[in-house]
Amino acid sequence: MNANAHPAAAPTAEARRLPVHPVAGQAGTSFKHEHLAAILADGKPKGFFEVHAENYMGAGGPPHRALETIRRDNPVSLHGVCMSIGGPQPLEKTHLARFTRLVERYEPALVSEHLAWSTHETTFFNDLLPLPYTEASLTRVCDHIDEVQQAIGRAILLENPSTYVLFPESTMSETDFIRAIARRTGCGLLLDANNVFVSATNHGFSALDYLADFPLARVGEIHLAGHAEQEDDEGELLLIDSHDGPVADAVWKLYEIVIGRCGAVPTLIEWDSNIPEWAALKGEAAAAQAILDRYAGRRSSDESHAA
Amino acid sequence: MQPDPVVHALVPDYPARFAPALTDPARATPDNVAGPRGKAAVKRYNVYRNNVTVSLINALASIYPAVQRITGAEFFRAMARFHIRKTPPTSPLLFEYGRDFPAFIAAYEYAQAMPWLADVARIERAWLDAYHAADTEPLGNGALAEVPPERLADVVFSPHPAARTMRSPFAAATIFAANRREEPSGAIDASVAEDVLITRPDHDVAVRHLPPGGAIFLAALMEAQPLGIAAAAAIEQVPDFDIGAAIAAMTEAGAFATLYLKGAS
Repeated sequence: MNANAHPAAAPTAEARRLPVHPVAGQAGTSFKHEHLAAILADGKPKGFFEVHAENYMGAGGPPHRALETIRRDNPVSLHGVCMSIGGPQPLEKTHLARFTRLVERYEPALVSEHLAWSTHETTFFNDLLPLPYTEASLTRVCDHIDEVQQAIGRAILLENPSTYVLFPESTMSETDFIRAIARRTGCGLLLDANNVFVSATNHGFSALDYLADFPLARVGEIHLAGHAEQEDDEGELLLIDSHDGPVADAVWKLYEIVIGRCGAVPTLIEWDSNIPEWAALKGEAAAAQAILDRYAGRRSSDESHAA
Repeated sequence: MQPDPVVHALVPDYPARFAPALTDPARATPDNVAGPRGKAAVKRYNVYRNNVTVSLINALASIYPAVQRITGAEFFRAMARFHIRKTPPTSPLLFEYGRDFPAFIAAYEYAQAMPWLADVARIERAWLDAYHAADTEPLGNGALAEVPPERLADVVFSPHPAARTMRSPFAAATIFAANRREEPSGAIDASVAEDVLITRPDHDVAVRHLPPGGAIFLAALMEAQPLGIAAAAAIEQVPDFDIGAAIAAMTEAGAFATLYLKGAS
């Protein structure tokens, strides 16, 4: 494997201005400003904190103060939500420049984005929208990831989506598509175990088959989140990737299987609405940490990338 | 593997087929999506419709909490839904969204009984801009004292990045403040005109009333008019305008970043 293409390769030592906080083998949580006081009052260790990049793209003010405070003592993961990597149109250059400035300013331990699109022409839809898996879309996605990685000077982790519809025009499976992206661009992968479970339920495939086919050696981070239940047109279960509750038991089981196979990969508890008290979020992260600790040191397919 | 050159050159069109119905309930489910094994995709696609609309309504609600508190959630969400369909965001930065919302409120049929509501929204939009504005040390109180008295009329201020002013024919700032507090407010006479200064000298955004003449004075200063000209404009409107008190209050509020003397090299 090309050293430059290593998943989420961190900046070189001489380029660093901020303290380095290792993220290997750790559980983390979404960083919400309403938790800041409780987090600061809490003892160490607290794991890593993940932020949505777009929330820190203002010029200044309290968001940057909060992130600077958190970044000083903890590893931070920068998670882009709106780059629209999965769309066919060119990336928005001003947005990529803002993203690059954040990477330079905060020197995050992990940097990730989504296999999805959110902008069409000039309209931003504020959702992670799905794409067909074809040779043409693969080429576009790879071009976009190359462009992002070139701009920020390091590899990103690309997250697998949760989806509710399929595209009959698709010519390859999601896992084949993702594997091809990782091969062509050298990017790492962010495996969202809840997304696997949601999509598997929604489209009637086996989550275990998906994982068996997923390039686990490229995984540099795992996401866990809660989902909600609805019904599809036939009255059957349709799961919604809602990030508004605790991680489901079935997803915990899936997670333990993943960790058993790829070792103690940094794991995020994602919680974005109906946000609970810090103690509840911390409790979910502690549950993930307990599983990580059980499998610590077992990762054999890849060296640790966090130091 | 060499991609087929024809396929490679083709720009995939899936968003053009998928996107239009997201914010238009009158459109049918796109014809390029399906459920698994021949299942329908109407409810499945509606998940995306719902995600888009609800998340954008929530974005407007978080930018305009006082407006929502005044109108109630049901009224607000209906109004926001109309606005989203008419004017969806064009930037992935949601804190930049909703700049056209105050004008939309002003023209909104069902909000005509609350003619001050659009100005409350304008204050909330300015509040969020001040919140995200660049971090700059505001001009200190002592800076003006260092200017020789004979040069005071030539002083030009540069505004602090967070500073905004607004004039309302209604008591928009009082209504705004009353609806950003938890506790219930007393009766407000909405017909009292208010001029407003919004600043963020440090962590917290502050919304203040300006004294009579203060808005004219400050608007001139923020357009880089020298102090003498700004003062003359204010005094023409309000003969007993207290220049010293106004400058001190505005500086204290963090309205300015720097000052310099016009014509000074």
